[in-house]
Formats: sequence, structure tokens, C-alpha cells
Amino acid sequence: MIKIKSPLDEGTIKVLKAGDFVLLSGIIYTGRDAAHKRFIEIINKGEKLSFDIKNSVIYYVGPTPPKPGYVIGSCGPTTSYRMDKYTPKLLEIGLKGMIGKGERNKDVIDAIVKYRGVYFTAIGGAGAFISKCVKKADVIAFEDLGPEAVMRLEVEDFPLIVTIDANGNDFSKIGIEKYRRV
Amino acid sequence: MREIEYDLIVEKVKEICMDANYNEPDDVIERMKEFIKKEESDVAKNILNVLIENYRIAKEEKIPVCQDTGFAFFIVEVGEDVKIKNGRIRDAIFEGVRKGYKEGYLRKSIVNDPVFLRKNTGDNTPPVIHFEPVQGDRIKIKFAPKGGGSENMSEVRMLVPSDGVEGIKRFVIERVQKSGGNPCPPVIVGVGIGGTFDYVAYLAKKALFRKIGEHNPDERYAKLEDELLDEINKLGVGPMGLGGRTTALAVHIEYFPCHIASMPVAVNMQCHAARHKEIEI
Repeated sequence: MIKIKSPLDEGTIKVLKAGDFVLLSGIIYTGRDAAHKRFIEIINKGEKLSFDIKNSVIYYVGPTPPKPGYVIGSCGPTTSYRMDKYTPKLLEIGLKGMIGKGERNKDVIDAIVKYRGVYFTAIGGAGAFISKCVKKADVIAFEDLGPEAVMRLEVEDFPLIVTIDANGNDFSKIGIEKYRRV
Repeated sequence: MREIEYDLIVEKVKEICMDANYNEPDDVIERMKEFIKKEESDVAKNILNVLIENYRIAKEEKIPVCQDTGFAFFIVEVGEDVKIKNGRIRDAIFEGVRKGYKEGYLRKSIVNDPVFLRKNTGDNTPPVIHFEPVQGDRIKIKFAPKGGGSENMSEVRMLVPSDGVEGIKRFVIERVQKSGGNPCPPVIVGVGIGGTFDYVAYLAKKALFRKIGEHNPDERYAKLEDELLDEINKLGVGPMGLGGRTTALAVHIEYFPCHIASMPVAVNMQCHAARHKEIEI
């Protein structure tokens, strides 16, 4: 199990290989469908995002509201392909890591290689389990979007699987091929 | 005529919205434990063990198993000898959803307009409700919070009689394969066969309410369920689509008579968080 920190640096990106189990700690930002649409609108207008995207990690998640006394509600990953349309642009301006579930399209894989990023899979449907890794959560943008608002999360030992590394190796393809019997 | 209070229905609906979201059904957990033993991939075993731990935390702390607490989907069987006192049953279900999702700290995942405004309704209404009149003086409410990730991987295809069993198999298997990790495998595959374009999709969803381990009572369809499950688990997709033997936990088929020209088939994908609950009033 490899322990890594976010924001990510080139040293970390270099050692991560598709299929590695990692524990991520540090600061990450949440963003899913509606937030991504707005990110791109903001970038296209030449305005600034509400967080420093350079070397940052975006987690595709829309948590449940926290119960009293809790930092966050259930917070497992949502399916990533819906963000594919917006992702290459974000990688181009400095995004390094993405956390979600499911496969990414060729444009995203190419952009991961070109801008040296990484795509992680979090365990889908393990929202209660993952909530225990979140130590702090603050809404920083788009509060009107409700569960789709952008949050700044402080996470500790968030378990992830490196799924597409900076060399473009795709663990979903490698894994499925290995266990296919048809 | 038996009278049932509006408020009682509201309360019961509120409770099942919360209960279903906090408690993974035991039959799903049991099947998963059984399949871990047969799993060859260490990554897959690791993921399945985290899922089992996740269900335990959710149940113990009364927090949602998954952050996607779903579209509130209901099948409501209303006895013909029932009269609702002080209100209408439809309103009571809406009110129960509103309360359950608010008081249970569940996510509100519904937008008011699918294309243009896409503004969150803020209380997870409206639910989708199918009413079925039945004999007697009881109301049976079946509820499932249906997640978007697996729903997006579902499909209806209008096959024709000459496609036969092989055509059905090809379609179902292809649907699971193409879905990869998107619907959060291991999945439960709901299959509807027959009826009309709209009704076949309803059959596929209805199939998801069946307990794991129970087959279609018709042995020809039961055999088809087994064959499909076996072939799906040879695809290699595995938990979260990262490879492995455990792609589906069950295949459930529901069928209905159909037109001489048609053989509609629907696949409704259900993630491993196969939450559903039913109560009788």
C-alpha cells in the first residue's frame, strides 16, 4: 500500500502504476456534472476558479447531508465518464488527479498522458466507509447546486486504486482481460 | 371498507425511505460472501471485503450505504376494500418521501426539468409510483431508492420472435459487458421479456425486488437466469470493473405475454447496493 499526498507532485505521479493500491491524504475538491459544466464556462470567460487547480485532485462525488455531529454524509464516487467532455481542458490548466469510478474515453486517457496526470478508482457504493476518511469538509462554490456544490475536503488515508497512470496504462482493461473466460 | 389514516401512510413511507437506505438486504450480503470464496482476483476480494464492511458501518450508524440515495421508486398494491381517511394516497407517498429524505439526511437527487433548467427540487420529489389494484383490505408498499449510475446502464431493445433465446442472451450479456465498472458491479441484472415497449422496462425493474436465491417459478426462465449469470461471470468485468470473477450476484427475469410481431427485452441494471424494502399496512 503506497501512501501519497494531495496536491500531487511529479515525484508521486512518476511512481504510480496502474493497479497500485494507494492511501491518499491531503486536500481534494469535489465536483460532478453540474459543477464541471460551470468550471468550463468560467474558464472560457477567462475568469478564475474558486480553488487553485494546479496539481489538484478532483473527486467526483455528491455526498449525502451530514447527520448532526458528522463531518460529511456518505460520500462514495459517482461514474466518471459523464465528466469526460470537460476533463481534457482541466488537465491542460493544471489538474493532476481525478477520483471516480468506471472507464474514461480516449480523449481523457490521451490528456492524462500529455499533461502527466492520474485517474484513481474509489470503491463505488462504499459511501459510509469512505466518509470515515474525511476529516473536514467546507463548501467553497456553487452552494445553489445542493449536493453538487464544490467542497474542499481534507482526507486521510482515502483508499484508491490507480486506474490510469501517466503512461496511459488502463487497469480496467488489463484487469478485465486477465479474468475473461469467453 | 377498512379505513387507513393518511398520516399513518406518511409515517410508514418515511420509515421505509430511511430503512432501505441504511440497510443493505441480508440476501445480497450473503450472496456476496459466498462469491468472495470463488473470487480469483485479490483486487476484487479486497473491494468486496470493503463493501461488506461498508454495509456494517451504514447499518450500525444509521447512515446511507451509498451517497446516491436514489430516485424514490414505488410499487403500491392497494386493496379494493381500503379507504384512505383525511387525504389521498398519492399525496401521502409524496409527503413520506419529503419527510424521509429530510429527516433521514438522505441526498436530494432529483432535478425539476430534465433538459433546460435542471434545478434540484430540494426534497427528492416527485417519486415514481406504480399503483396496482388488488383484492382485500391491505396496502402493500414496495420501495427502492434507484441509483443513477446503474440506471444509466439500462436499456430496452425491441427484439423479434426469430431472435429467440440466443438473441436475448446476446443482448443481456452485451449490456453487462458494455457497462463495465459504471453501474458499480457486482450487479443484479433485472431482465424483462415480453409485453410492450413501456411495460417490458417495468418488468425489468420489478425483477429487482425479488430476493436473491429465488428463481422465476417457470423452470425454463429459471434455467435461463442461471445460464445468464454463469456467462456474465465469465466476462471478467469484476467488482468496480477492475477485473475478477464476481460481475453479477444474480439475474432475475420477469416475463409477460407479447404481440405476435414482437419480443421486447429490457435490462435494468442494479448496483450491489441493491436496496429495497416493503411494508404492509
